[in-house]
Amino acid sequence: MDLKDLYREVILDHNKSPRLFGRLDPADSSADGHNPLCGDRLHVSLRLDGDRVSDLRFDGKGCAISVASASMMCEAVKGKSRGEISRLFHEVHEVLTKHDTAVPEDLGKLAALSGVREFPVRVKCASLCWHTLNAALERSAATVQTE
Amino acid sequence: MSANPKAVDHYDIDGVWRDFPILAREVHGRPLVFLDSAASSQRPRPVIDAVDTYEKLHHANVHRGVHQLSQEATSMFEHARERVRAFVNAASTREVIFTRGTTESINLVAQSYARSRLTPGDEILLTALEHHANIVPWQLVAEQTGAVVRAVPMDKRGVVSLEAFTASLGPRTRIVACAHVSNALGTVLPVHEITRLAHAHGAVVLLDGAQAVPHQRVDLAKLDCDFYAFSAHKMYGPTGIGVLVGRESLLDAMPPWQGGGDMILTVSFEKTTYNTLPFKFEAGTPNISGAVGLGAAIDYIEKLGIDRIHAHEQRLLAIATDKLARVPGLNIIGTAPDKAAVISFTLDGIHPHDLGTILDAEGVAVRTGHHCAMPVMEFFDVPATARASFACYSRESDIDALVDALARAREVFS
Repeated sequence: MDLKDLYREVILDHNKSPRLFGRLDPADSSADGHNPLCGDRLHVSLRLDGDRVSDLRFDGKGCAISVASASMMCEAVKGKSRGEISRLFHEVHEVLTKHDTAVPEDLGKLAALSGVREFPVRVKCASLCWHTLNAALERSAATVQTE
Repeated sequence: MSANPKAVDHYDIDGVWRDFPILAREVHGRPLVFLDSAASSQRPRPVIDAVDTYEKLHHANVHRGVHQLSQEATSMFEHARERVRAFVNAASTREVIFTRGTTESINLVAQSYARSRLTPGDEILLTALEHHANIVPWQLVAEQTGAVVRAVPMDKRGVVSLEAFTASLGPRTRIVACAHVSNALGTVLPVHEITRLAHAHGAVVLLDGAQAVPHQRVDLAKLDCDFYAFSAHKMYGPTGIGVLVGRESLLDAMPPWQGGGDMILTVSFEKTTYNTLPFKFEAGTPNISGAVGLGAAIDYIEKLGIDRIHAHEQRLLAIATDKLARVPGLNIIGTAPDKAAVISFTLDGIHPHDLGTILDAEGVAVRTGHHCAMPVMEFFDVPATARASFACYSRESDIDALVDALARAREVFS
Protein backbone atom coordinates (compact mmCIF):
# COMPACT_ATOMS: atom_id res chain seq x y z
CA MET A 1 0.00 0.00 0.00
CA ASP A 2 1.73 3.11 -1.22
CA LEU A 3 0.21 6.53 -0.71
CA LYS A 4 2.14 7.86 -3.72
CA ASP A 5 0.19 5.41 -5.85
CA LEU A 6 -3.11 6.89 -4.66
CA TYR A 7 -2.16 10.56 -4.51
CA ARG A 8 -0.30 10.82 -7.82
CA GLU A 9 0.87 14.20 -9.07
CA VAL A 10 -1.92 14.45 -11.62
CA ILE A 11 -4.57 13.73 -8.96
CA LEU A 12 -3.18 16.30 -6.56
CA ASP A 13 -3.01 18.79 -9.40
CA HIS A 14 -6.63 18.26 -10.47
CA ASN A 15 -7.70 18.47 -6.82
CA LYS A 16 -5.91 21.78 -6.37
CA SER A 17 -7.03 23.27 -9.67
CA PRO A 18 -10.15 21.46 -10.85
CA ARG A 19 -10.86 21.83 -14.58
CA LEU A 20 -14.35 22.57 -15.93
CA PHE A 21 -15.45 23.55 -12.45
CA GLY A 22 -18.75 25.37 -12.15
CA ARG A 23 -22.27 25.12 -13.53
CA LEU A 24 -23.69 25.52 -17.01
CA ASP A 25 -26.68 27.82 -17.15
CA PRO A 26 -28.70 27.01 -19.08
CA ALA A 27 -27.94 23.30 -19.19
CA ASP A 28 -29.70 20.55 -21.09
CA SER A 29 -29.46 18.25 -18.12
CA SER A 30 -27.94 18.03 -14.66
CA ALA A 31 -27.80 15.71 -11.68
CA ASP A 32 -26.64 15.67 -8.07
CA GLY A 33 -24.49 12.94 -6.60
CA HIS A 34 -24.08 12.32 -2.89
CA ASN A 35 -21.90 9.89 -0.99
CA PRO A 36 -23.42 9.90 2.49
CA LEU A 37 -20.49 7.92 3.91
CA CYS A 38 -18.03 10.78 3.54
CA GLY A 39 -20.36 13.67 2.79
CA ASP A 40 -19.14 14.21 -0.78
CA ARG A 41 -21.57 16.17 -2.94
CA LEU A 42 -21.19 16.74 -6.67
CA HIS A 43 -23.30 18.50 -9.24
CA VAL A 44 -22.83 17.77 -12.95
CA SER A 45 -24.46 19.92 -15.61
CA LEU A 46 -24.12 19.34 -19.35
CA ARG A 47 -25.15 20.49 -22.80
CA LEU A 48 -25.91 18.09 -25.60
CA ASP A 49 -25.36 18.37 -29.31
CA GLY A 50 -27.38 15.47 -30.62
CA ASP A 51 -25.78 12.36 -29.17
CA ARG A 52 -22.70 14.20 -27.96
CA VAL A 53 -21.92 15.98 -24.71
CA SER A 54 -20.78 19.26 -26.20
CA ASP A 55 -19.95 20.86 -22.84
CA LEU A 56 -20.14 20.05 -19.16
CA ARG A 57 -19.16 21.34 -15.73
CA PHE A 58 -19.03 19.96 -12.23
CA ASP A 59 -18.99 21.57 -8.84
CA GLY A 60 -19.36 20.49 -5.25
CA LYS A 61 -17.32 19.48 -2.26
CA GLY A 62 -15.41 16.32 -1.79
CA CYS A 63 -12.15 14.59 -1.05
CA ALA A 64 -9.17 14.85 -3.38
CA ILE A 65 -10.01 11.58 -5.10
CA SER A 66 -13.58 12.58 -5.89
CA VAL A 67 -12.68 16.11 -7.03
CA ALA A 68 -9.76 14.95 -9.19
CA SER A 69 -11.80 12.13 -10.66
CA ALA A 70 -14.61 14.53 -11.55
CA SER A 71 -12.20 17.04 -13.05
CA MET A 72 -10.44 14.42 -15.19
CA MET A 73 -13.77 12.88 -16.17
CA CYS A 74 -15.12 16.20 -17.42
CA GLU A 75 -12.01 16.73 -19.55
CA ALA A 76 -12.17 13.19 -20.88
CA VAL A 77 -15.84 13.07 -21.87
CA LYS A 78 -16.27 16.56 -23.32
CA GLY A 79 -17.21 16.15 -26.97
CA LYS A 80 -17.81 12.41 -26.70
CA SER A 81 -20.97 10.50 -27.61
CA ARG A 82 -23.15 8.60 -25.16
CA GLY A 83 -21.74 5.30 -26.41
CA GLU A 84 -18.13 6.47 -26.08
CA ILE A 85 -18.82 7.75 -22.55
CA SER A 86 -20.44 4.50 -21.57
CA ARG A 87 -17.41 2.52 -22.80
CA LEU A 88 -15.06 4.87 -20.99
CA PHE A 89 -16.99 4.50 -17.73
CA HIS A 90 -16.81 0.73 -18.10
CA GLU A 91 -13.03 0.90 -18.55
CA VAL A 92 -12.58 3.27 -15.60
CA HIS A 93 -14.75 1.05 -13.43
CA GLU A 94 -12.65 -2.00 -14.33
CA VAL A 95 -9.46 -0.12 -13.53
CA LEU A 96 -10.90 1.03 -10.19
CA THR A 97 -12.12 -2.34 -9.02
CA LYS A 98 -10.20 -5.18 -10.69
CA HIS A 99 -6.71 -5.92 -9.48
CA ASP A 100 -5.60 -7.93 -12.48
CA THR A 101 -6.89 -5.55 -15.15
CA ALA A 102 -4.26 -4.01 -17.35
CA VAL A 103 -4.78 -0.26 -17.65
CA PRO A 104 -6.02 0.45 -21.20
CA GLU A 105 -3.70 2.76 -23.13
CA ASP A 106 -6.46 5.03 -24.38
CA LEU A 107 -7.44 6.05 -20.83
CA GLY A 108 -4.96 8.92 -20.82
CA LYS A 109 -4.94 10.88 -17.56
CA LEU A 110 -7.73 8.73 -16.16
CA ALA A 111 -5.17 5.93 -15.81
CA ALA A 112 -3.92 7.81 -12.74
CA LEU A 113 -6.96 6.47 -10.93
CA SER A 114 -5.62 2.92 -11.04
CA GLY A 115 -3.96 3.46 -7.65
CA VAL A 116 -7.41 3.65 -6.07
CA ARG A 117 -7.92 -0.10 -6.38
CA GLU A 118 -5.42 -0.68 -3.57
CA PHE A 119 -7.77 1.35 -1.33
CA PRO A 120 -11.17 -0.37 -1.65
CA VAL A 121 -13.00 2.08 0.64
CA ARG A 122 -12.05 4.90 -1.73
CA VAL A 123 -13.48 3.39 -4.94
CA LYS A 124 -16.81 5.10 -4.30
CA CYS A 125 -15.05 8.47 -4.12
CA ALA A 126 -13.64 8.01 -7.61
CA SER A 127 -16.83 6.63 -9.15
CA LEU A 128 -19.28 9.16 -7.69
CA CYS A 129 -18.81 11.62 -10.57
CA TRP A 130 -19.38 8.94 -13.18
CA HIS A 131 -22.63 7.84 -11.55
CA THR A 132 -23.69 11.48 -11.38
CA LEU A 133 -22.86 12.01 -15.06
CA ASN A 134 -24.80 8.85 -15.91
CA ALA A 135 -27.81 10.14 -13.97
CA ALA A 136 -27.67 13.42 -15.92
CA LEU A 137 -27.42 11.56 -19.22
CA GLU A 138 -30.27 9.19 -18.33
CA ARG A 139 -32.41 12.13 -17.29
CA SER A 140 -31.81 13.81 -20.63
CA ALA A 141 -32.57 10.56 -22.44
CA ALA A 142 -35.84 10.23 -20.49
CA THR A 143 -36.73 13.81 -21.39
CA VAL A 144 -36.05 13.15 -25.05
CA GLN A 145 -38.27 10.08 -24.98
CA THR A 146 -41.23 11.83 -23.42
CA GLU A 147 -41.16 14.75 -25.81
CA MET B 1 -11.59 18.93 35.92
CA SER B 2 -11.76 16.33 38.65
CA ALA B 3 -8.36 14.94 37.69
CA ASN B 4 -6.39 13.91 40.73
CA PRO B 5 -2.68 14.03 39.79
CA LYS B 6 -1.86 11.40 42.38
CA ALA B 7 -4.36 8.98 40.87
CA VAL B 8 -2.80 9.54 37.42
CA ASP B 9 0.65 8.79 38.81
CA HIS B 10 -0.54 5.41 39.94
CA TYR B 11 -2.16 4.60 36.63
CA ASP B 12 -0.12 1.80 35.09
CA ILE B 13 -0.70 2.73 31.46
CA ASP B 14 1.80 0.25 30.07
CA GLY B 15 0.16 -2.58 32.00
CA VAL B 16 -3.30 -1.47 30.84
CA TRP B 17 -2.07 -1.24 27.24
CA ARG B 18 -0.73 -4.81 27.46
CA ASP B 19 -4.14 -6.03 28.66
CA PHE B 20 -5.50 -5.36 25.16
CA PRO B 21 -3.95 -7.95 22.82
CA ILE B 22 -5.10 -6.24 19.61
CA LEU B 23 -3.08 -3.11 20.38
CA ALA B 24 0.14 -5.04 19.79
CA ARG B 25 -0.66 -5.74 16.15
CA GLU B 26 0.63 -3.93 13.13
CA VAL B 27 -1.32 -2.17 10.39
CA HIS B 28 0.28 -1.66 6.98
CA GLY B 29 3.60 -2.66 8.50
CA ARG B 30 3.40 -0.07 11.26
CA PRO B 31 2.45 -0.33 14.93
CA LEU B 32 -1.28 0.18 15.37
CA VAL B 33 -2.23 3.49 16.98
CA PHE B 34 -5.90 3.09 17.79
CA LEU B 35 -7.67 6.41 18.28
CA ASP B 36 -11.20 5.36 17.38
CA SER B 37 -12.52 4.11 20.71
CA ALA B 38 -15.58 6.36 20.59
CA ALA B 39 -16.79 4.27 17.64
CA SER B 40 -15.98 1.00 19.39
CA SER B 41 -13.41 0.28 22.06
CA GLN B 42 -11.10 -2.74 22.08
CA ARG B 43 -11.45 -5.66 24.52
CA PRO B 44 -9.03 -6.56 27.29
CA ARG B 45 -7.93 -10.15 27.84
CA PRO B 46 -10.26 -10.68 30.87
CA VAL B 47 -13.29 -9.92 28.68
CA ILE B 48 -12.07 -12.16 25.85
CA ASP B 49 -11.36 -14.92 28.38
CA ALA B 50 -14.72 -14.59 30.13
CA VAL B 51 -16.59 -14.98 26.85
CA ASP B 52 -14.29 -17.85 25.84
CA THR B 53 -14.82 -19.69 29.14
CA TYR B 54 -18.56 -19.22 28.91
CA GLU B 55 -18.63 -20.65 25.38
CA LYS B 56 -16.35 -23.55 26.24
CA LEU B 57 -17.84 -24.61 29.56
CA HIS B 58 -21.20 -23.09 30.46
CA HIS B 59 -23.36 -22.35 27.44
CA ALA B 60 -27.02 -23.36 27.37
CA ASN B 61 -30.24 -21.38 27.07
CA VAL B 62 -31.17 -19.22 30.04
CA HIS B 63 -34.30 -19.22 32.22
CA ARG B 64 -35.49 -22.50 30.72
CA GLY B 65 -33.86 -25.78 31.61
CA VAL B 66 -33.50 -27.48 34.95
CA HIS B 67 -30.26 -29.04 33.78
CA GLN B 68 -26.92 -27.96 35.16
CA LEU B 69 -25.64 -25.98 32.14
CA SER B 70 -28.84 -23.97 31.86
CA GLN B 71 -28.59 -23.11 35.53
CA GLU B 72 -24.97 -22.05 35.11
CA ALA B 73 -25.74 -19.91 32.06
CA THR B 74 -28.72 -18.33 33.82
CA SER B 75 -26.66 -17.60 36.87
CA MET B 76 -23.88 -15.96 34.81
CA PHE B 77 -26.39 -13.95 32.78
CA GLU B 78 -28.16 -12.68 35.89
CA HIS B 79 -24.86 -12.03 37.62
CA ALA B 80 -23.96 -9.75 34.71
CA ARG B 81 -27.24 -7.90 35.20
CA GLU B 82 -26.40 -7.30 38.85
CA ARG B 83 -22.92 -6.08 37.85
CA VAL B 84 -24.55 -3.54 35.51
CA ARG B 85 -27.01 -2.46 38.19
CA ALA B 86 -24.28 -1.86 40.74
CA PHE B 87 -22.01 -0.12 38.22
CA VAL B 88 -24.53 2.58 37.32
CA ASN B 89 -26.27 2.47 40.72
CA ALA B 90 -29.72 1.55 39.44
CA ALA B 91 -32.36 0.86 42.08
CA SER B 92 -33.00 -2.77 41.18
CA THR B 93 -32.15 -5.42 38.57
CA ARG B 94 -35.83 -5.20 37.58
CA GLU B 95 -34.89 -1.86 36.02
CA VAL B 96 -31.97 -3.28 34.01
CA ILE B 97 -33.04 -4.52 30.58
CA PHE B 98 -30.57 -6.10 28.20
CA THR B 99 -30.92 -4.92 24.61
CA ARG B 100 -28.78 -5.11 21.47
CA GLY B 101 -27.29 -1.71 22.26
CA THR B 102 -28.03 1.95 22.82
CA THR B 103 -29.93 2.20 19.54
CA GLU B 104 -32.32 -0.61 20.46
CA SER B 105 -32.74 0.81 23.97
CA ILE B 106 -33.87 4.16 22.57
CA ASN B 107 -36.16 2.49 20.04
CA LEU B 108 -37.70 0.46 22.85
CA VAL B 109 -38.59 3.61 24.77
CA ALA B 110 -39.84 5.37 21.64
CA GLN B 111 -42.10 2.49 20.67
CA SER B 112 -43.21 1.13 24.03
CA TYR B 113 -43.36 4.28 26.13
CA ALA B 114 -43.84 7.15 23.71
CA ARG B 115 -46.02 5.66 21.01
CA SER B 116 -48.98 4.87 23.26
CA ARG B 117 -48.78 8.18 25.12
CA LEU B 118 -48.06 10.90 22.59
CA THR B 119 -50.89 12.76 20.91
CA PRO B 120 -50.78 15.17 17.96
CA GLY B 121 -48.93 18.36 18.86
CA ASP B 122 -47.00 16.84 21.77
CA GLU B 123 -43.31 17.69 21.64
CA ILE B 124 -40.21 15.53 21.88
CA LEU B 125 -37.25 17.73 22.75
CA LEU B 126 -33.77 16.69 21.59
CA THR B 127 -30.57 18.72 21.34
CA ALA B 128 -28.66 19.88 18.26
CA LEU B 129 -25.74 17.54 18.91
CA GLU B 130 -27.54 14.19 19.01
CA HIS B 131 -26.36 11.00 17.33
CA HIS B 132 -28.75 9.73 14.65
CA ALA B 133 -29.75 6.94 17.07
CA ASN B 134 -31.30 9.59 19.31
CA ILE B 135 -33.02 11.41 16.44
CA VAL B 136 -34.50 8.87 14.05
CA PRO B 137 -36.42 6.72 16.61
CA TRP B 138 -38.18 9.90 17.73
CA GLN B 139 -38.94 10.95 14.16
CA LEU B 140 -40.51 7.54 13.60
CA VAL B 141 -42.73 7.81 16.66
CA ALA B 142 -43.56 11.41 15.74
CA GLU B 143 -44.82 10.19 12.37
CA GLN B 144 -46.87 7.51 14.09
CA THR B 145 -48.45 9.82 16.67
CA GLY B 146 -48.50 13.31 15.17
CA ALA B 147 -46.02 14.50 17.78
CA VAL B 148 -43.36 17.06 16.87
CA VAL B 149 -39.57 16.68 17.22
CA ARG B 150 -37.68 19.80 18.27
CA ALA B 151 -34.01 20.39 19.04
CA VAL B 152 -32.37 22.68 21.59
CA PRO B 153 -29.77 24.78 19.72
CA MET B 154 -26.08 24.74 20.65
CA ASP B 155 -23.47 27.48 20.43
CA LYS B 156 -20.30 27.65 18.34
CA ARG B 157 -18.36 25.69 20.97
CA GLY B 158 -20.84 22.84 20.87
CA VAL B 159 -22.36 23.78 24.21
CA VAL B 160 -26.05 23.29 24.96
CA SER B 161 -26.74 25.88 27.64
CA LEU B 162 -29.39 25.57 30.32
CA GLU B 163 -30.78 28.91 29.12
CA ALA B 164 -31.26 27.49 25.63
CA PHE B 165 -32.72 24.32 27.09
CA THR B 166 -35.18 26.20 29.29
CA ALA B 167 -36.20 28.39 26.38
CA SER B 168 -36.93 25.29 24.31
CA LEU B 169 -39.15 23.63 26.91
CA GLY B 170 -42.73 24.23 25.90
CA PRO B 171 -46.18 23.52 27.35
CA ARG B 172 -46.40 20.44 25.13
CA THR B 173 -42.92 19.01 25.84
CA ARG B 174 -43.58 15.43 26.95
CA ILE B 175 -40.22 13.77 26.41
CA VAL B 176 -36.67 15.10 26.63
CA ALA B 177 -34.10 12.86 24.97
CA CYS B 178 -30.50 13.99 25.03
CA ALA B 179 -26.94 12.74 24.96
CA HIS B 180 -25.00 12.60 28.18
CA VAL B 181 -21.81 13.08 26.13
CA SER B 182 -21.69 14.04 22.43
CA ASN B 183 -19.95 11.44 20.26
CA ALA B 184 -19.04 13.96 17.55
CA LEU B 185 -17.89 16.88 19.72
CA GLY B 186 -17.11 15.42 23.13
CA THR B 187 -19.37 17.94 24.89
CA VAL B 188 -20.54 16.77 28.31
CA LEU B 189 -24.09 17.97 28.77
CA PRO B 190 -25.43 19.32 32.08
CA VAL B 191 -27.71 16.30 32.42
CA HIS B 192 -28.43 16.69 36.15
CA GLU B 193 -29.86 20.16 35.59
CA ILE B 194 -31.55 19.17 32.33
CA THR B 195 -33.28 16.30 34.10
CA ARG B 196 -34.35 18.52 37.00
CA LEU B 197 -35.74 21.21 34.67
CA ALA B 198 -37.53 18.67 32.49
CA HIS B 199 -39.10 16.95 35.49
CA ALA B 200 -40.24 20.27 36.92
CA HIS B 201 -41.91 20.72 33.55
CA GLY B 202 -43.61 17.31 33.75
CA ALA B 203 -41.53 15.74 30.96
CA VAL B 204 -39.95 12.31 31.01
CA VAL B 205 -36.17 12.19 30.41
CA LEU B 206 -34.12 9.70 28.40
CA LEU B 207 -30.34 10.05 28.39
CA ASP B 208 -28.13 8.50 25.73
CA GLY B 209 -25.18 7.43 27.84
CA ALA B 210 -23.21 5.51 25.19
CA GLN B 211 -20.28 7.95 25.33
CA ALA B 212 -20.49 8.63 29.06
CA VAL B 213 -20.54 5.26 30.84
CA PRO B 214 -17.02 4.16 29.73
CA HIS B 215 -15.40 7.46 30.67
CA GLN B 216 -16.90 8.88 33.85
CA ARG B 217 -18.83 7.74 36.89
CA VAL B 218 -22.55 7.49 36.16
CA ASP B 219 -24.77 7.38 39.24
CA LEU B 220 -28.37 6.91 38.19
CA ALA B 221 -29.71 7.38 41.71
CA LYS B 222 -28.25 10.88 41.63
CA LEU B 223 -29.09 11.58 37.99
CA ASP B 224 -32.75 10.63 38.55
CA CYS B 225 -33.51 10.40 34.81
CA ASP B 226 -36.32 8.09 33.69
CA PHE B 227 -34.42 6.11 31.06
CA TYR B 228 -30.69 5.66 30.52
CA ALA B 229 -29.25 3.80 27.52
CA PHE B 230 -25.75 2.53 26.79
CA SER B 231 -23.76 -0.08 24.85
CA ALA B 232 -21.22 -2.69 25.95
CA HIS B 233 -18.90 -2.34 22.97
CA LYS B 234 -17.92 1.22 23.83
CA MET B 235 -16.93 0.12 27.35
CA TYR B 236 -14.53 -2.72 26.49
CA GLY B 237 -17.31 -5.30 26.16
CA PRO B 238 -18.70 -7.20 23.16
CA THR B 239 -20.84 -5.84 20.32
CA GLY B 240 -24.54 -6.66 20.08
CA ILE B 241 -25.37 -6.08 23.72
CA GLY B 242 -26.46 -2.97 25.56
CA VAL B 243 -28.64 -1.81 28.37
CA LEU B 244 -31.74 0.20 29.02
CA VAL B 245 -32.21 1.22 32.62
CA GLY B 246 -35.72 2.47 33.21
CA ARG B 247 -37.73 3.72 36.16
CA GLU B 248 -39.64 0.70 37.43
CA SER B 249 -43.01 2.45 37.68
CA LEU B 250 -42.76 3.51 34.03
CA LEU B 251 -41.51 0.13 32.78
CA ASP B 252 -44.34 -1.59 34.66
CA ALA B 253 -46.94 0.51 32.92
CA MET B 254 -45.39 0.11 29.46
CA PRO B 255 -46.63 -2.56 27.04
CA PRO B 256 -44.11 -5.15 25.82
CA TRP B 257 -42.30 -4.05 22.68
CA GLN B 258 -41.45 -7.38 21.11
CA GLY B 259 -43.25 -10.66 21.73
CA GLY B 260 -41.78 -14.13 22.04
CA GLY B 261 -40.27 -16.54 24.49
CA ASP B 262 -38.88 -15.43 27.85
CA MET B 263 -41.15 -12.37 28.02
CA ILE B 264 -44.29 -14.37 28.95
CA LEU B 265 -45.64 -16.20 31.99
CA THR B 266 -48.42 -18.13 30.31
CA VAL B 267 -49.54 -18.30 26.69
CA SER B 268 -52.81 -19.56 25.31
CA PHE B 269 -54.51 -18.57 22.10
CA GLU B 270 -57.05 -16.61 24.13
CA LYS B 271 -54.78 -14.76 26.51
CA THR B 272 -51.10 -14.31 27.24
CA THR B 273 -49.80 -12.97 30.50
CA TYR B 274 -46.51 -11.15 30.37
CA ASN B 275 -43.48 -11.86 32.46
CA THR B 276 -42.33 -9.57 35.22
CA LEU B 277 -39.57 -6.99 34.84
CA PRO B 278 -37.04 -6.99 33.36
CA PHE B 279 -37.97 -10.11 31.33
CA LYS B 280 -41.10 -8.48 29.88
CA PHE B 281 -38.77 -6.56 27.57
CA GLU B 282 -36.42 -9.41 26.71
CA ALA B 283 -38.24 -11.50 24.13
CA GLY B 284 -36.32 -14.43 22.70
CA THR B 285 -33.00 -15.94 23.63
CA PRO B 286 -30.78 -13.08 24.71
CA ASN B 287 -27.13 -12.41 23.92
CA ILE B 288 -25.89 -14.48 26.85
CA SER B 289 -22.18 -14.48 26.02
CA GLY B 290 -22.46 -10.74 25.36
CA ALA B 291 -23.88 -10.15 28.82
CA VAL B 292 -21.11 -12.27 30.33
CA GLY B 293 -18.56 -10.17 28.42
CA LEU B 294 -20.23 -6.95 29.58
CA GLY B 295 -20.06 -8.15 33.18
CA ALA B 296 -16.35 -8.88 32.74
CA ALA B 297 -15.84 -5.45 31.14
CA ILE B 298 -17.40 -3.80 34.20
CA ASP B 299 -15.13 -5.87 36.45
CA TYR B 300 -12.18 -4.65 34.39
CA ILE B 301 -13.24 -0.99 34.55
CA GLU B 302 -13.77 -1.23 38.30
CA LYS B 303 -10.39 -2.86 38.76
CA LEU B 304 -8.77 0.15 37.07
CA GLY B 305 -11.21 2.53 38.73
CA ILE B 306 -13.57 4.64 36.60
CA ASP B 307 -12.36 7.83 38.30
CA ARG B 308 -8.74 6.99 37.47
CA ILE B 309 -9.69 6.18 33.87
CA HIS B 310 -11.45 9.54 33.74
CA ALA B 311 -8.39 11.34 35.11
CA HIS B 312 -6.09 9.53 32.66
CA GLU B 313 -8.26 10.41 29.68
CA GLN B 314 -8.67 14.02 30.76
CA ARG B 315 -4.91 14.34 30.99
CA LEU B 316 -4.58 12.96 27.45
CA LEU B 317 -7.33 15.29 26.23
CA ALA B 318 -5.44 18.32 27.58
CA ILE B 319 -2.15 17.19 26.01
CA ALA B 320 -3.75 16.31 22.69
CA THR B 321 -5.71 19.56 22.52
CA ASP B 322 -2.52 21.49 23.13
CA LYS B 323 -0.43 19.55 20.60
CA LEU B 324 -3.10 19.52 17.89
CA ALA B 325 -3.76 23.25 18.32
CA ARG B 326 -0.13 23.78 17.28
CA VAL B 327 -0.52 21.86 14.01
CA PRO B 328 -0.71 24.51 11.25
CA GLY B 329 -4.14 24.70 9.63
CA LEU B 330 -5.81 22.41 12.15
CA ASN B 331 -9.23 23.44 13.47
CA ILE B 332 -10.74 21.73 16.48
CA ILE B 333 -14.51 21.37 16.12
CA GLY B 334 -16.16 21.30 19.53
CA THR B 335 -14.50 23.36 22.23
CA ALA B 336 -16.87 23.02 25.16
CA PRO B 337 -15.24 23.67 28.54
CA ASP B 338 -16.54 20.34 29.82
CA LYS B 339 -15.47 17.69 27.32
CA ALA B 340 -14.88 13.96 27.17
CA ALA B 341 -11.64 12.75 25.55
CA VAL B 342 -12.84 13.21 21.99
CA ILE B 343 -11.29 15.65 19.50
CA SER B 344 -13.01 16.33 16.19
CA PHE B 345 -10.94 18.35 13.77
CA THR B 346 -10.41 19.44 10.21
CA LEU B 347 -7.15 20.27 8.48
CA ASP B 348 -7.17 23.14 5.97
CA GLY B 349 -6.84 22.00 2.38
CA ILE B 350 -7.18 18.29 3.13
CA HIS B 351 -10.56 16.61 3.10
CA PRO B 352 -11.18 14.43 6.19
CA HIS B 353 -11.58 11.39 3.96
CA ASP B 354 -8.10 11.86 2.47
CA LEU B 355 -6.77 12.48 5.95
CA GLY B 356 -8.27 9.19 7.16
CA THR B 357 -6.56 7.26 4.38
CA ILE B 358 -3.17 8.89 4.96
CA LEU B 359 -3.33 8.40 8.73
CA ASP B 360 -4.35 4.78 8.17
CA ALA B 361 -1.29 4.23 5.99
CA GLU B 362 0.74 5.44 8.98
CA GLY B 363 -1.01 2.92 11.24
CA VAL B 364 -3.13 5.60 12.93
CA ALA B 365 -6.84 4.71 13.16
CA VAL B 366 -9.16 7.71 13.49
CA ARG B 367 -12.78 8.04 12.51
CA THR B 368 -13.52 10.25 9.54
CA GLY B 369 -16.97 11.16 8.34
CA HIS B 370 -20.11 12.64 9.83
CA HIS B 371 -20.05 10.43 12.96
CA CYS B 372 -23.75 9.61 12.58
CA ALA B 373 -24.43 13.22 13.48
CA MET B 374 -25.17 14.95 10.18
CA PRO B 375 -27.01 17.88 11.83
CA VAL B 376 -23.80 18.60 13.78
CA MET B 377 -21.74 18.67 10.55
CA GLU B 378 -24.34 20.95 9.00
CA PHE B 379 -24.18 23.30 12.00
CA PHE B 380 -20.40 23.64 11.76
CA ASP B 381 -20.64 23.81 7.96
CA VAL B 382 -18.19 20.95 7.35
CA PRO B 383 -18.92 17.88 5.23
CA ALA B 384 -17.12 15.70 7.73
CA THR B 385 -14.43 15.78 10.38
CA ALA B 386 -11.63 13.54 11.54
CA ARG B 387 -12.05 12.42 15.12
CA ALA B 388 -9.48 11.12 17.56
CA SER B 389 -10.94 9.54 20.68
CA PHE B 390 -9.18 8.17 23.73
CA ALA B 391 -9.76 5.30 26.11
CA CYS B 392 -8.23 3.74 29.20
CA TYR B 393 -5.43 2.22 27.07
CA SER B 394 -4.49 5.34 25.09
CA ARG B 395 -0.94 6.58 25.54
CA GLU B 396 0.76 9.92 25.19
CA SER B 397 2.85 8.38 22.40
CA ASP B 398 -0.39 7.80 20.46
CA ILE B 399 -0.86 11.57 20.35
CA ASP B 400 2.69 12.05 19.03
CA ALA B 401 2.05 9.40 16.38
CA LEU B 402 -1.09 11.28 15.35
CA VAL B 403 0.75 14.60 15.13
CA ASP B 404 3.53 12.97 13.06
CA ALA B 405 0.97 11.38 10.74
CA LEU B 406 -0.73 14.76 10.29
CA ALA B 407 2.62 16.22 9.25
CA ARG B 408 2.91 13.39 6.73
CA ALA B 409 -0.54 14.26 5.38
CA ARG B 410 0.51 17.85 4.86
CA GLU B 411 3.60 16.58 3.08
CA VAL B 412 1.55 14.41 0.69
CA PHE B 413 -0.69 17.38 -0.12
CA SER B 414 2.04 20.02 -0.23
